[in-house]
Amino acid sequence: MTDPGSARAGSHFDEQNRSVEDAEDVGSDKDLPGGVTEEPVIVDVADVEPELADPAVVAERVAPTRAIDTAVGADLLEMRDVTMRFGGLVALDSVSFSIRRGEILGLIGPNGAGKTTCFNAMTGVYRPSDGQVVFDGEPLGKLKRNQITRRGIARTFQNIRLFSEMTALENVVVGTDARHRTSVPGATFRTPRHRREEHDAIERAMALLEFVGVGARATEKARNLPYGDQRRLEIARALATEPKLLCLDEPAAGFNPAEKAALMDLIRKIRADGYTVLLIEHDMRLVMGVTDRIVVLEFGKKIAEGQPAEIRENPAVIAAYLGVPDDATA
Amino acid sequence: MSSLLSVGALADGSWLAVPAISFNIEALGDRFWSLTIEGLAYGSIYALVAVGYTLVYGVLRLINFAHSEIFMLGMFGQYAVLMLLGFSPSGNAYAEGAVMTIVYLGIAMIGGMLISGGAAVGLERVAYRPLRKRNAPSLVFLITAIGASFVIQEFVHFVLPALTDGELGGVNAQQPIRLVEQKEQFTIFGASVTNVTLIIIGSALVLALATDMFVNRTKFGRGIRAVAQDPTTATLMGISRERIIMLTFLIGGVLAGAAALLYTLRVPNGIIYSGGFILGIKAFCAAVLGGIGNLRGALLGGLILGVMENYGQILFGTAWRDVVAFALLILILMFRPTGILGETLGRARA
Amino acid sequence: MSTPVKQTSATPLGRPHAGVGDRFRLWWNAQSRPAQWAFGVPFILFIALVPILNIPVLTTVGTNFGAVMAQFGMIALIAIGLNVVVGQAGLLDLGYVGFYAVGAYTVALLTSPDSPWNQTGEGNWLSQDWAWLAVLPVAVCITAISGLLLGSPTLRLRGDYLAIVTLGFGEIVRLLADNLGEITGGGRGLSQVAYPQLGQTEANPGGLFSAGNVAGRINSGVWWFWLSLVLIMVVLLFVGNLERSRVGRAWVAIREDEDAAEIMGVPTFKFKLWAFTIGAAIGGLSGALYAGQVQFVTPTNFNVINSVLFLCAVVLGGQGNKLGVILGAFIIVYLPNFFLGRTDLFGIPINGNEIANYRYLFFGLALMVLMIFRPQGLLPARQKLLTYGRQLYVAARRTAKRQHGDAGTGDQHGTTGAEEVSR
Repeated sequence: MTDPGSARAGSHFDEQNRSVEDAEDVGSDKDLPGGVTEEPVIVDVADVEPELADPAVVAERVAPTRAIDTAVGADLLEMRDVTMRFGGLVALDSVSFSIRRGEILGLIGPNGAGKTTCFNAMTGVYRPSDGQVVFDGEPLGKLKRNQITRRGIARTFQNIRLFSEMTALENVVVGTDARHRTSVPGATFRTPRHRREEHDAIERAMALLEFVGVGARATEKARNLPYGDQRRLEIARALATEPKLLCLDEPAAGFNPAEKAALMDLIRKIRADGYTVLLIEHDMRLVMGVTDRIVVLEFGKKIAEGQPAEIRENPAVIAAYLGVPDDATA
Repeated sequence: MSSLLSVGALADGSWLAVPAISFNIEALGDRFWSLTIEGLAYGSIYALVAVGYTLVYGVLRLINFAHSEIFMLGMFGQYAVLMLLGFSPSGNAYAEGAVMTIVYLGIAMIGGMLISGGAAVGLERVAYRPLRKRNAPSLVFLITAIGASFVIQEFVHFVLPALTDGELGGVNAQQPIRLVEQKEQFTIFGASVTNVTLIIIGSALVLALATDMFVNRTKFGRGIRAVAQDPTTATLMGISRERIIMLTFLIGGVLAGAAALLYTLRVPNGIIYSGGFILGIKAFCAAVLGGIGNLRGALLGGLILGVMENYGQILFGTAWRDVVAFALLILILMFRPTGILGETLGRARA
Repeated sequence: MSTPVKQTSATPLGRPHAGVGDRFRLWWNAQSRPAQWAFGVPFILFIALVPILNIPVLTTVGTNFGAVMAQFGMIALIAIGLNVVVGQAGLLDLGYVGFYAVGAYTVALLTSPDSPWNQTGEGNWLSQDWAWLAVLPVAVCITAISGLLLGSPTLRLRGDYLAIVTLGFGEIVRLLADNLGEITGGGRGLSQVAYPQLGQTEANPGGLFSAGNVAGRINSGVWWFWLSLVLIMVVLLFVGNLERSRVGRAWVAIREDEDAAEIMGVPTFKFKLWAFTIGAAIGGLSGALYAGQVQFVTPTNFNVINSVLFLCAVVLGGQGNKLGVILGAFIIVYLPNFFLGRTDLFGIPINGNEIANYRYLFFGLALMVLMIFRPQGLLPARQKLLTYGRQLYVAARRTAKRQHGDAGTGDQHGTTGAEEVSR
């Protein structure tokens, strides 16, 4: 099992560069896994909220707004000739495709094809050098990243970036922040609206944990969770923002076949709950098995788009992948 | 009991008396060149100290808050060397002749450099290395640096006098030893240039050039830049990161020691345990101004800061000198968050 | 596969379950609400009575104990405020003393007869009786605004820059106080600052809070301590409410990974600014208390070194832990005063004044040693970030007790999770 810390720790240099913030991270409470924790924090949300044992209740709370049913198939997000340049490097070259409501779209390509750049352009991490990203009928333009999330695009990270000192539940509740309307004054004086929002947020977060299958570890610190649970927790946190579009960046990285199968089920379940899903993945079997449509990138250009069966037969795609075994990259 | 407020008194507006800040633009015009030269002298001292901040920051991403104390130790170091050479504080300047004066100053400077350089390396060993081993986040480093700064100051404040029979350290500033008497040498655009100014600017120039050459041209310098850019890869390429870090602290310390001597020429009664603090902050400001992590930025930032605050103190009055320096820092950071030249020690010269 | 990073950092001293604080926390959390009240109220009463109980070794000899406790109260407030900025949001503020100064000078400028802006006395709008209380909210507001003004341009900077810019701010405030002699009295300072007028008697013409009330056991210091204790509890309540809301969670998220927080929809800049403003307001409150207590402000009281001392209190006590930073404040204020004027300790002759003189040396050493062996401070943070999380935490304890010693829990749960998904 990969230590979740290794993904984000990088080098010592990065660690320092990263932030002044987590001072208590050092030499502090490195609880050993398995019962030796200083503060025993293993709790099943079902203990607190018995009704969460019923999957129907969970599903209801996970997706309270099912507006998607109304317009399945219409464009939700459109990439219009998006070009990304970094200095002399063209990472994306006038890429256009769209994501339709209610579908699971796969975004694939050999290593360095520009998948993650594409992803970052959608979620506002980068601004496109040229072209536009139109979401839900409106161009993202100069929106800040948190505003884009509020519009309804949520994402997970290829290298897990949970708030490691927070519990699993707290991580998910942070995700609900986008749906809170109370600010500092309301929270200071605990206004009724604040209390209602907090209550709803926690309830929904618990349901989400149960939904992705981390319910049993709700009050454990994120960094103490097993790797697979951390990945699932990221999905729960992203869902907590109540997105219209959920972007998953290599959610199956480091998973064994059984876990991958479980993940495929989870992704289908998410779609069934009314979310639109964008999936970046290296594992072809997973992509072919779960997506409705696939977009293939190579060297920053879109080389194919279509249903999994078509993509499988597409000569350009085969050429792109020949000699580049996809499992060699993680 | 009278009422809480009486609105009438509030409304008549007489209560708000705004004082007048004098704003002397004529003096700035009159003394422009002398201010500039004087500012350059101060600025070159800032620049030398700023190099220490910037190199350490470039390599470790650490604000070495205790660097100001390294500088302060350098002042005491050169003072101690002068005392060992037989000089003693007296009201008058010694007249040793130009050559001997320069020799003595050179020896004192080397003394200051040794003390400061040694202290910087020692500080790295005792305070920072254990934290690096533990992979501490940078806030922890910064707090340690602040702690170390206290410890060094208080060492000079209380312990050093006990060790030296009260000859060094203590609550009061050292009586100045004057090797050089300030004398006008020549004038530029009507501004007089003194021997002290010449020595300061000249030595600083030589040291700055040497440092720049060292960092940009030599193997060790390449090592420093490599570690600054990507420590992991640098280590994989066979560069000993620990040694580079030590070297970085050493260079910073040595330059601070040299700056200490130059500073005492200009401000002879500045040798006191708390004497490094403000200068250190300003040198750090200089490093940030130029773009921290960037060697040439630190040199440039030092000169700009020195000159600007000199203009400022004529414009607004001597008391506003430090305010001008800090306000300048805040202003520049607002408009150029990474300083004038940007943060590029690694890419200074590829 | 575990990275060496994690392993090396688990020093024996760093293990939290060895800490008294954690054991206490566990015990405390296990108590019901009424039980917590039953323990808490007498404890706070005891703290309040400490300065007048005259406990043998505890009571300071060189200085008035009441005055020491009053100072502790103010520094505790400061520590709570600075903790919001540094401990919760992870923004290193080295110029916090600037806010303390702004608060103190606001009160002084509006109420001292030396000030041109004095609003007390004949024909002015502030009545002498209520001046301090009336100016208190003004001081808090002005300090909050100064925090907002400083924060809005600088909080876009990265952490290290923020540290130095705030340091510059602190120094600028002090220099302004020093240089604007026509208003602030310059180095002479402002005297006869207003204070709460309460309980004037024949023997005590200035009232209970007057600096002249030094006689007897319950002197002005004790009254100021009690006042600050009340304010501390109010502030703790508000700050606690914030901590257990989206605001507190946003702060911790920003501290942990600002980019991730932003991408999860947290308006990070807004909450950083709030942290700065709230911290500033609390610092201003403390400054206003200070001005009232000593009835006199000069620039030397607001040296930048004080900022470092405040930071020391926060770090020593435990960043992010509200009770911890109060403990830190106590140590910072009390220890030097404890030694001041003391000639023997438990029969051992000591030179207390000398030791008190060395306080910065000891604090510096303490900081260095602490950062190596226990960087999380004496009472490490265990924040609760959920308003309605209590039921969860209690359930957590219950479940954990049941499972205590069950070593393999981790992996079992992992697989259960996966099965649930595939169901």
